[in-house]
Amino acid sequence: MTVTVKLFASFRTDRFDIKIDNYPDDTTVGDIVNSLGIPLKEVGIMMLNRRHTRVDQLLKDGDIIALFPLLGGG
Amino acid sequence: MDTLPLYVRDNSESGLLTLFRQQEAAKRFGVTIADVEEVALVRGILPARYQRNRRTISVADQLALFRSHVAIVGCGGLGGYIIEELARLGVGKLTVIDPDSFEEHNLNRQILSTVANIGVPKVLVAAERIRSINPAVQVTTHESRLSGDNGAFLLNKCSVVVDALDSIPGRRTLAQVCIEEGVPLVHGSIAGWYGYVTTRLPSAGTFQGMFNGAVSSKGVEQEYGNPSFTPALVASLQAAEVCKLLLGKGRPLIGRSLMIDLLDMEIQELAIQE
Repeated sequence: MTVTVKLFASFRTDRFDIKIDNYPDDTTVGDIVNSLGIPLKEVGIMMLNRRHTRVDQLLKDGDIIALFPLLGGG
Repeated sequence: MDTLPLYVRDNSESGLLTLFRQQEAAKRFGVTIADVEEVALVRGILPARYQRNRRTISVADQLALFRSHVAIVGCGGLGGYIIEELARLGVGKLTVIDPDSFEEHNLNRQILSTVANIGVPKVLVAAERIRSINPAVQVTTHESRLSGDNGAFLLNKCSVVVDALDSIPGRRTLAQVCIEEGVPLVHGSIAGWYGYVTTRLPSAGTFQGMFNGAVSSKGVEQEYGNPSFTPALVASLQAAEVCKLLLGKGRPLIGRSLMIDLLDMEIQELAIQE
């Protein structure tokens, strides 16, 4: 299946802004985060097709996920 | 008979009362600058310091700001600029909360930090700065960390709370206290070139959607730090949100958040779900 991954802010460094790739059928949001070498504890907002999602959410063909880092500074 | 309202009326010009006259009136009638400010605003007379706000903020709006109380939780990178802007805006009561004192590593970005005040409690510097900018603003300082136990006491029935904290657990605690106290919360957080801003009404949740139930107490700012310009920008967006909430104007960031990327110069608007 084909999934579009959009990265934001610091996640773009040494990676990409947007990438369309093929993944096995049972891939979850968390699998993609792991495959990108992003520590899960650094993820702030995860969106699937513009709605909040969870690490264990299974993906389907044509999905778009967006990952934003956790920012806690002030 | 010589009364304060008559003095204010007779000594204003083109609907403006100068700071000098405001100070004179306070001395003459044995009242505070704040008392004079309220008497003027109630009579449609604008303290001259606000004259360049006129097309944006009416005299009635200025009175609403004067009668408002905002608590700023955190007096560091974000808090310093927010305090500066709300004091200049003329918010009548500001409560500033922070347990820390200034350290050398604050100098790269925290507007209230100077070489001379390293080691001085942040809330004391904040109060001094507010008084030096706008003596009509009443300041309450709390040199303490907000918790579930002291939160209601520290926030003291303010109209709006500003989240200018630097840890995720602290932000969650504050969000919870704001829900319990029924007060809107303007959230801002930063790391490196990046920042988030959003506004939560008490009916909304405590940032679960935003932090994904994160176990970390810090975000990527641990790695990226914070340069000078990111807090200045995010704090200004927060101050604008506060102003809008206090005046019931515009379209605050309710149910949505902005993610700011200063490296790529992009602003994303995200829908927030709890």
